[in-house]
Amino acid sequence: MSEAMLDYDDVIAKYEPTLGLEVHVELNTNSKMFCGCATVFGAEPNTQVCPVCLGMPGSLPFVNERAIESTILIGLALNCEIATWCRFARKNYFYPDMPKNFQISQYDEPICFNGYLDVEVETDDGMRTFRVEIERVHMEEDTGKSLHMGGATGRIHGADYSLLDYNRAGIPLVEIVTKMVPGTEKYAPLVAKAYVAELRDILRSLGVSDVKMEQGSLRCDANVSLSPRGSGVLGTRSETKNVNSLRSVERAIRSEMQRHAARLDDGLKVVQETRHFHEDSGITTSGRSKETAEDYRYFPEPDLVPIAPDPAWVEELRATLPERPSVVRARLQKEWNIADKEMASMVNAGVLAVVMETVALGADSTKARSWWVGEIARQANERGVEVIDVGVTPSDVARIVELVAMGELTDKLARQVVDGVIAGEGRPDDVVATRGLKVVSDDGALLLAIATAIASDAAAAEKVRGGNLNAAGALIGLVMKATQGQADAAKVRELLLKELGQ
Amino acid sequence: MITQNASEMAAAVAAGEITSEALTQAHLSRIAEVDEKVHAFLHVDAEGALAQARAVDAARAKGEKLSPLAGVPLALKDVMVQKGVPTTCGSKILEGWRPPYDATVVTKLKNAGVVILGKTNMDEFAMGSSTENSAYGPTHNPWDLTRIPGGSGGGSSASLAAFEAPLAIGTDTGGSIRQPAAVTGTVGVKPTYGGVSRYGLVAFSSSLDQAGPCARTVLDAALLHEIIGGHDTYDSTSIDAPVPAVVAAAKMRNVKGMRIGVVRELGGEGYQAGVLQRFNESVEVLRGLGAEIIEVSCPHFEYALPAYYLIAPSECSSNLARFDAMRFGLRVGDDRARSAEEVMNLTREAGFGPEVKRRIILGTYALSSGYYDAYYGSAQKVRTLIINDFNAAFAQVDVLISPTSPTTAFKIGEKADDPLAMYLNDIATIPVNLAGNCAMSIPCGLAPEDGLPVGLQIIAPAMADDRLYRVGGALEAAFNEAWGGPLMNMAPSLTGGVR
Ligand SMILES: [Zn+2]
Repeated sequence: MSEAMLDYDDVIAKYEPTLGLEVHVELNTNSKMFCGCATVFGAEPNTQVCPVCLGMPGSLPFVNERAIESTILIGLALNCEIATWCRFARKNYFYPDMPKNFQISQYDEPICFNGYLDVEVETDDGMRTFRVEIERVHMEEDTGKSLHMGGATGRIHGADYSLLDYNRAGIPLVEIVTKMVPGTEKYAPLVAKAYVAELRDILRSLGVSDVKMEQGSLRCDANVSLSPRGSGVLGTRSETKNVNSLRSVERAIRSEMQRHAARLDDGLKVVQETRHFHEDSGITTSGRSKETAEDYRYFPEPDLVPIAPDPAWVEELRATLPERPSVVRARLQKEWNIADKEMASMVNAGVLAVVMETVALGADSTKARSWWVGEIARQANERGVEVIDVGVTPSDVARIVELVAMGELTDKLARQVVDGVIAGEGRPDDVVATRGLKVVSDDGALLLAIATAIASDAAAAEKVRGGNLNAAGALIGLVMKATQGQADAAKVRELLLKELGQ
Repeated sequence: MITQNASEMAAAVAAGEITSEALTQAHLSRIAEVDEKVHAFLHVDAEGALAQARAVDAARAKGEKLSPLAGVPLALKDVMVQKGVPTTCGSKILEGWRPPYDATVVTKLKNAGVVILGKTNMDEFAMGSSTENSAYGPTHNPWDLTRIPGGSGGGSSASLAAFEAPLAIGTDTGGSIRQPAAVTGTVGVKPTYGGVSRYGLVAFSSSLDQAGPCARTVLDAALLHEIIGGHDTYDSTSIDAPVPAVVAAAKMRNVKGMRIGVVRELGGEGYQAGVLQRFNESVEVLRGLGAEIIEVSCPHFEYALPAYYLIAPSECSSNLARFDAMRFGLRVGDDRARSAEEVMNLTREAGFGPEVKRRIILGTYALSSGYYDAYYGSAQKVRTLIINDFNAAFAQVDVLISPTSPTTAFKIGEKADDPLAMYLNDIATIPVNLAGNCAMSIPCGLAPEDGLPVGLQIIAPAMADDRLYRVGGALEAAFNEAWGGPLMNMAPSLTGGVR
């Protein structure tokens, strides 16, 4: 039952969007937020649990200092004020995957507040900066996971029974909530995407999270509302949950804007509700309605003492902040001598960090860029995964660039090496060895192939001898065929012309 | 030998006059003999206790240095988890649950060679003042088996008064150590909040709960206090400071020059005549011992009870949410067709008793959006006012005193249908929990009208727990001299035999 959608241009002609983004980030601390359990992703179910994160009667939480440090770093990187005194709060609701049936979170006393993040979006008039104001950054614990078994969809509806895995319960989460973002106009979907991308880059540069959207270490809830152009009346918002790729952020916002507009055009109300985004169809469907809004009965967590970060310590942390990604980009653009558009395409593809790493490993920046933005991005897109998760590492790319530079691989062979790495055949040198992809650079072997080619197409050889260099193409083709494409064409040409007295 | 003090038993074990095994066996026999009448215990871990006792005997045989209470048996309130030993909190919802870990207090007891006999009865989840709210039936007061032993820790105090154990652990959220001590003629201490780790204490109201020592003498309580007290990294709210020198204080027996405040608001109307009589006599004893008696006023104490009945239920409504049939304890209605939520509802409906449900509903309401400020918020403000009252009082005096409980032990069933009358039992004890400081109840005689024990409460500032023991120790010595021996000598034997 797909809902009516208004054409995007018509949406913009009639309505003004207001964005709101809530991002949950799993910190990459070695232990959980309130106990000593490990946090390894993908471990056997219920092997990283203890009385505390299982909510056993009598157990008490104790705070992971590292998580507080990471959260303050995030707040500082997002230009936030840091609370001098704040508390945890209990958010009470019953849910089988939440061991205590309350979540330790923060309520009206977040540890970081009042910040902003500037994001750049390519507009019709070139690059434009949009300021996204941050309302709060706070700490909380993750829930466990329910696995619904026996149903067709993996959802609770229709399932025979459910299994609970508490490995994730208690993993430190940081929630970053923006204020309402008006004035993004038709760029709203792009601003939302750029915000999440920029945030992800910042978090990665801070080293506080793996920020892997598909593994859920970065989860985005995207809110949008529309107001009739010029009305100044804020519309009802919908909240699209767990949009798990950058591309989906953009698509989900766009789709919701089109859906809202169609309803408003038809004189219907937008329902305040949670929506689920579907990667395949690109649309959202209704989740839980918020009409029966839960009352979370927040109150200060009595099992934990207040947190009072020493301002001197906060300043020490501030001094350790890495260069801001936007500053890094400006510097790199200059160093690599590239245009805004090229930088934007790298940022859009989410490859800037890996390109930087590749360059840091000694690769030429142009080559590194073209691999990541070109072939690897294409392959990732085909597979529907993020570029950084396609299975190729910066050191792989650096090695491939090196092999090409040394003349050991041609560009064509190098692409096959990338295929092999993605297919899980090992690192580039492994793929070269197992697939036998080395350039035939042995002059003797090449000369033999050239001699054979000359003999088999004497007419062409004669033309070349006579000065018609275009005729060399046919002979080079024969040599390449004979060497199964593993010869360096330029080298073949050089040897061939020499052989024919040119 | 079971009538001895814990310190005497420990000395006998250390001297090799008796083995811990024999001492433990003597208490197990006593339990077998009288607990049918008293019902202090929900679970007796005879095997575990004897194994612990033999380990102490073996350590002694090897010449290892024993801790001050090594080899002495203890009764553990069933709200404290002990690995592998059933822990019910007096509730059906935890029936059959064996905790996978030890409470910090239990770890400390085990390390000190204290022998844990078993788990004692209590009001369900420590909610009550009579132990009648236990899902497993009431405990009977050894002084008069038709009467309540106080609550919520009635099992622990009754086990002391019945000579089933010389030591016990209690927990005190609004008076659950002190009021049972008062009505059973024993000693009970609520240490400073944060003075004893709460890790492994099944929470009723986190900001009020405090575990503490129960014993028949002030010195025994002090020895136990020193073992269980101290900082614990597993409890963020535990205080990172040394345990006050309570044992030395208990031995001082000197209150000369101490300024002792009598709280005007804790006495008078609503207090039984015999309770007030014994209290007033105690004041004169203290004066006679050279203490300076000063009357002080704590005007906001009258709001303590309502504030308590907002804060404690609020926290309990959240703390008890985890009893949902998913991971431990009772599970009702899981027929593979019902949803998890339905099973949660059925389990909680069947597993919790009426008083627990009453408080969960009260607390859920008090925390609801729109009511939070008026209820929970106001209660927290009252808490600040009560702290201010204490601060003002302690600027004038070293300790405060009052009757522990307005009455002596009442009849089982007498107040069971009147929650408000039941709540009034804790009127003198609750302010201390709200403020987080410390207090002790010691026996100060028998009420003339009913011949039942009366308790005197001593209150000291936070982390000045040693003052409780100093005053308590001096008063106890004076009383024993006046009475020609401990009050417990006057208790009925339960068996008709010699004690
Ligand atoms: Zn854990």
